[in-house]
Amino acid sequence: MANILVIAEHDAGQLKLATLSALGFAAQTAATTHGVYDVLVIGAQMGTTAESLRAYGARQVLVADAAPLQSPLADRHAWVIEAVVKQRDYGIVVAAASTFTKDILPRAAALLDAGMLSDVVGVSRTDDDLVFKRVMYAGNVLATVTLAGDLKFLTIRAAAFAPVVAGTTLSPVEQIPLPAGPMPDLAEYGGREAKVAGRPDATEARVVVSGGRAIKNAEDFERLVGGLADALGGAVGSSRALVDSGITPNSLQIGQTGKIVAPDLYLAVGISGAIQHLAGIKDSKVIVAINKDADAPIFEIADYGLVADVYTAVPELTAQLKQ
Amino acid sequence: MKILVPLKRVPDPDTKIRLKPDGTGVETDGVKFSVNPFDAIALEEALRLEEKLGEMDIVVVSIGGEASIEQLRVGLAMGAQRALLIKTGAALDSLAVAKILAAVYQREQPDFVLMGKQAIDDDANQTGQMLAALLGIGQATFVSRLELVEQRTRARCARETDAGLESITVKLPAIITADLRLNEPRYVSLPGIMKAKKKPLEELELEALGVAAVARTTVLHYEAPPSRQAGVRVPTVEALVDKLKNEAKVI
Repeated sequence: MANILVIAEHDAGQLKLATLSALGFAAQTAATTHGVYDVLVIGAQMGTTAESLRAYGARQVLVADAAPLQSPLADRHAWVIEAVVKQRDYGIVVAAASTFTKDILPRAAALLDAGMLSDVVGVSRTDDDLVFKRVMYAGNVLATVTLAGDLKFLTIRAAAFAPVVAGTTLSPVEQIPLPAGPMPDLAEYGGREAKVAGRPDATEARVVVSGGRAIKNAEDFERLVGGLADALGGAVGSSRALVDSGITPNSLQIGQTGKIVAPDLYLAVGISGAIQHLAGIKDSKVIVAINKDADAPIFEIADYGLVADVYTAVPELTAQLKQ
Repeated sequence: MKILVPLKRVPDPDTKIRLKPDGTGVETDGVKFSVNPFDAIALEEALRLEEKLGEMDIVVVSIGGEASIEQLRVGLAMGAQRALLIKTGAALDSLAVAKILAAVYQREQPDFVLMGKQAIDDDANQTGQMLAALLGIGQATFVSRLELVEQRTRARCARETDAGLESITVKLPAIITADLRLNEPRYVSLPGIMKAKKKPLEELELEALGVAAVARTTVLHYEAPPSRQAGVRVPTVEALVDKLKNEAKVI
């Protein structure tokens, strides 16, 4: 049965951990379909990214390395994926869902006239076909779906698939020649707004501390939420309410319209728990809620709830953790 | 300039999604439908460009049954000049919709397409990107700021990504998909509704477009996702720390 191509994601040569979950999906699926999987890394000056992908059971680590691929532009990346899929025989192209892969994969799928499923959270095999589970309606519906065609594109939710385990056999690395003809040049990359250094990204962190409406301003957010996150070596996040009121930047928003996270520990600080927020955190291993409103919906899904004013409870918690 | 804005009819974001008892779909009886919120943001941005730059031809298009006329009328009442309904009863997926929109694009020849980054029913987040690929033009997805530059030949956009705001300048024509914070769509006014009644609304059978658009995805079953159970309340910060250390063992 068909082979799988995993698209790796990295940030300036730093592999995104979610890629290991996409590889986990590939390993699991290849085992049931008697296929193999390759992993493709696209970019320029990628440091040890390709090397770091060798221990995960792929038939090959494919590298497309060229200066114009340094910018995360969809036209160029989709063009590379299209060429690689045409040169080799794949039945599935998969990546962990992120804003990067959601920009690129649908474009590559359409170039190859392939259908696509986003946010896959499960896969099983029946007879000759694969059956997938994916979430819809802001996480309120779990759908069982099939996707017709010899070539299928997928993004998977990293939280739903166990990361692949490193082995001792190293996959060979192959540099992919770029396709003939001029590279697409439909857009120009203007850079990225520098993010706050020193804290991990919420989608990658083991601990995420998030602040909500109870936080009154940016200084308090940094002191309370940032302080607690730093005490735990974790990432910070925010509810939509705080983003809308300008207290936190958009990139911190967690929820259906922001980031989907699944850390070992999620601490919701002064978050009431709107459905769209809960949709982004419900795969977390342990959820803690601190809120002075005892009836806040967040308590209905929290493993541990503390009814308290965050302005007194959070500094106390931070102090105890530092001891 | 001409801007094409696709509008999808979806269950209103404030309605509670209920499943049919037999798992064959989402209950639609008695459910309020709206313009997909991200599409409304896209239309609002087109209207603001018109207010800033002078007259534009803003065309809204929907695909589906006659019920979608309701959403097209909202688009006209917000300020679009013209509406087009591509009539079909077929189940469609993102690639099929992109193929239909590509045919509409060829017919309308807009300067660019502004559309929502995803529909809030199937949450696929694919159609804009696929449409750009089929047309061989550029894309700017998840856009939260938009500005036409270089004699309106390019769009300079801020994109919302996981790592923060990215800046991208895309050649026109292009597909631009709207994220949540691009703007806040206006409410439909009574004079707007009155004016909309006189605006052209064209209906076209899908077959007349000459597109073979068949969905590759089939939903076999719908169910509610497993829900988390409420845990315990702890009385103090100290008790919380104890639980996290000794019971959950996460710190």
